[in-house]
Parts: sequence; C-alpha cells; structure tokens
Amino acid sequence: MRLSQSWIIAAKDFKTLRKKKGIVYLVVFIPLSVAILIPAVIGFIGQGKSPAELVVLLPAFLFFYVILGSYLSTPIASYTIAGEKVEKSLEPLLATPTTDSEILLGKGIAAFLPPLAAVLGGSALFMLLMDLTTKGRLGYYYFPDWNSAIVILLLLPLALLMSVQMNVIMSSRVTDVRAGQQLGGLTVVPFIGVYVAGELNLINLGDTTNLAIIAGALVVVDVLLFFVSTAAFHREEILTKWK
Amino acid sequence: MIETKGLTKRFGDLTAVDNLTLKVNAGEVFGFLGPNGAGKTTTVRMLCCLISKTSGEARIGDYDTGRSEDALKIRKLIGLVPDNVGLYDDLSAYDNLDFYGKLYGCTEAQRKENIQRFLTMLGLWEKRDAMAGTFSKGMKQKLAIARALIHEPELLFMDEPTANLDPESAKTVRDFILELKKEKRTIFLNTHNLDEAQRICDRIGILSTRLIATGTPQELEKALSSGGGTRRTVVLLQEQATDAILAGVRQLPAVGSVTTEGNKLEVALSDPDKQNAAVIEAIVKAGGHIQSVTIVSASLEDVYLKLVREGGGS
Repeated sequence: MRLSQSWIIAAKDFKTLRKKKGIVYLVVFIPLSVAILIPAVIGFIGQGKSPAELVVLLPAFLFFYVILGSYLSTPIASYTIAGEKVEKSLEPLLATPTTDSEILLGKGIAAFLPPLAAVLGGSALFMLLMDLTTKGRLGYYYFPDWNSAIVILLLLPLALLMSVQMNVIMSSRVTDVRAGQQLGGLTVVPFIGVYVAGELNLINLGDTTNLAIIAGALVVVDVLLFFVSTAAFHREEILTKWK
Repeated sequence: MIETKGLTKRFGDLTAVDNLTLKVNAGEVFGFLGPNGAGKTTTVRMLCCLISKTSGEARIGDYDTGRSEDALKIRKLIGLVPDNVGLYDDLSAYDNLDFYGKLYGCTEAQRKENIQRFLTMLGLWEKRDAMAGTFSKGMKQKLAIARALIHEPELLFMDEPTANLDPESAKTVRDFILELKKEKRTIFLNTHNLDEAQRICDRIGILSTRLIATGTPQELEKALSSGGGTRRTVVLLQEQATDAILAGVRQLPAVGSVTTEGNKLEVALSDPDKQNAAVIEAIVKAGGHIQSVTIVSASLEDVYLKLVREGGGS
C-alpha cells in the first residue's frame, strides 16, 4: 500500500470539506463549546460538590470527548464516502492506478484527522479550564493524569476509528449523505451508555482497569469492523451493488 | 492494444456480456455500438479492471486484466470517460484535473502543462478557477475528457461521451475526438449514435450481449447489401405509380420487394447494377415516365437495426 496515494485522496477531501461550512462549524464549534460550558457550569453550580464527588464527575466529563469524537467523524465520513457515491465520482477514482485499500485509507484519514485534532484541542482546553475551576476545592490540579491520557490518547482514536469504519459500512448501504449521517450517528449510542453509567456512578471512569477493558473491547470491535468495511469497500461491490 | 477471447460476464443468472472475442489495434478508433443493456459499459469496466470477468481472457497491451498485479499497470495505461462524468463539484476545474494528475503520478510540471493544454484545447482554460459544479453539462463532459487525458494515456475509453449533450457541445466533443485521432491515440468509443460512429470510427463492433459484427462502416454496409434484399433502386416517376407499373415491376424475377409512396418507387434488388435495365424497361412498357433512377445502399443504421434485431432474437 502506498501512503502517498491515500494522502492525495485525503488532501483532496480536506480541500472539499473546507468548503462545507456546516461541517467546519460543527467540528470546530462543538468541542470548544463543551470545553468552555462544562467548566463554567461546574464553576457556577458545582460549588456544593465535595472533592470525592468531583473526582467521579471529572473523568466522566472527560469521557464526553470520546462521544464527541465518534459523533464528529460521522458527517465527514458520510460526506467523503456517501458524497462520492451521490456525485458518482467513485468510478473515475476507481479507474486510477490506486488500490481499494489506498482509497479507503485516504477516506479514513480525511474522516479521522479533523475530528481528532478538534477534539484534542477541545479536550486540552477543557482540562485546563476544569483545573482552574476545581483546584480551589480539590487542592490540586486534577488533569492531566494517566487515566485522562488513556481516554484522550487511546479511547478517543479507537472510538473515532470505529465510527469511521461504521460509516463506511453504512455509506455502502444508503443512497444519500443525510441517511448515511443518520445511521452513522448511531455509533455514539454505546459511548453515551458508558458516559451515563459513569455519571450515575455505575462505572468508575476514573479507574484504569475499567478504561483498559473499554479500550480492549474497542480494539476487538475495530478489528471486526476492519474486515467488514474493507469487504464493503471493494470496487466490484461499489460499481455493481452499492445502491 | 485490446484483445479479448471469449470474454464473459454474468451477474447471477443474467449474462451481461457473452463470449466476446475482439481485437482493437493501436492507434485505432473503435466504436462499440449497441442498444441500452447490450453490455457496452460492462465490457469497458472489465477492460479497465473495474470489475472482474466471469470467464475468458482480456489483454490491454502486454497486460492481462485477470491478473491483479497487472491491474494497476493497466489503469495507468488507460484513461476513462465514464457515462456519468463524476466530477468534484466543490473543486475548481483546475483542481479536479490536478488531483487526478497526482493520482496518476504526474510531476507538477507535467500536470501544469497538460492541464493548460487540454483545458485550452477544450475551450475551458478561462474557466479553470470556476467550480466544476457551476459548469453546464457540455462543459462538465469536456472537463471529464480532459481528466481522462491528464496522464497522456495510450488508450482512452469513452462511454457515451456525447449522450445528453446539445448539438453544439456534442460537435465540440466529436471534433476533439477527431483531434485525438490525429494524435494516433487508441480510442474505444461506446455509443449508440450511429452517425457519430460512422464519422469518427475506423472500425465498429455491434454488441447485443454477444458481438454480432465487426468491421469498418463500409464493410458492414457492404456485408448487409450483399446479404440480399437491402440494396434498393429508387425510381422517381413523373406521375403516381399505377397498378400496371407495380405489376410490371413485381413480375420481374430479380425483384425482392416493391414499395411506393406517391411518385416514388423503391425496388429491392440483389444486384441493381445488372438488374436496373429490366426494371426501367418494365416501367416504360407499363406506360410510366421516369424522372430519375438512384441506387441506394444499406446505411449503417440499416445494418445496425437488422443485426441488433436478429441478435436480440437469438
């Protein structure tokens, strides 16, 4: 596989995505809003929370960025794959000396990097503001710690990868970008479940073992989805069976 | 340049292309004629290594379309203008071509030179910075042709390049294909425009799932004419054709059929050059006065319709 071919495709997608104002605003605005709003809310109404309650809430809030990452990759992945299908630009692309895997990787990079960068930036700001907000009550800066590193540097990329692959599979079955986005959006459901469980103190998202189990489950799902998505993204399937 | 032997493609129970054996020489413009659903696009997709064959062989140059290690080499050798132009509407004309130039491995200098050259040839250079989405159908078609040529392919596949274009745009595209023909590029042209095929193509293949006939337009017309009954003598009379005239002509043994419309009489003959004298004599004997006599050969349209009907029925 030639990474250069994939990068050419991804660079083209970055260029077209920049012209999709709705997607740009979504990817930039949401992580920043969350980074400012949650610390503001905690600072304003969370004064009554004890340090013990805060150390449960903070990692759960950080996990919210995993949901965001998964959610934000959906419109991009749908646009780059279902969008090409709608514009019927896949056939000339497939006629170039590029392999299916190189095209799929290019599409993956285009759907993976922008939300990753936006969420990393947003989560860094979130941790900074949250530290400033909670230091008075905790007596120390909560972020960053090893668990937040696991969430941001391991769970987030794995969740993004899962979302991108799910979107490849969904895009092969839908006829328009919006339907792809709606179906692809379902990938956030399991992460919301984990987040809610964290907020309800049913699962401790500040516990390294729990995070490692979630990471392990995501690795398994990602490997399984890799086989399904690469099978779905096969040029003969695309030209003869994609609706 | 292209050689197929028994090339077949089935989708489940449906046979899209059946036992296609074909040879297209380098530098030749080969027209692939056939009705909708005849298998033209499927053939092009197999030859471009976009879909696999069910059986048979297909070679492009020295490469085998069935070998996965040859597929990339074949795709580098060819350019494809698909039936749907499939441009990136949110990219400029220049950026559309530049993207494909990069995928084909062209250097920046090659890309710049070829983009300017082909956009200028197709009258789009002034529009190079406009988004492809703002282009008319004809302009998009021209841009798709430039895209297929960006890496200077030896072999160009064009799938219905003038379909759905207004006459002026269609003429521009046809003229451009004739320019490419002068450059001795091999062109495989899918079309159901008979006039286009006759004007542009060196040879024509008629497909209706199976390959029904191949040859130059002249050879195909001649083959049908010598098949009997379709070479006609058209006689213009000074008056309406009477029953006596019709009876006089019909009694001649060489006459296949006689049709009449006003003062025009059409007589099907196997060899009009030899048999016209007898027809003229019969008309004059029946009291007719002749204005003119013309021999009409079978047109490519006659050939196409006859072969497709026969091929479709078999």
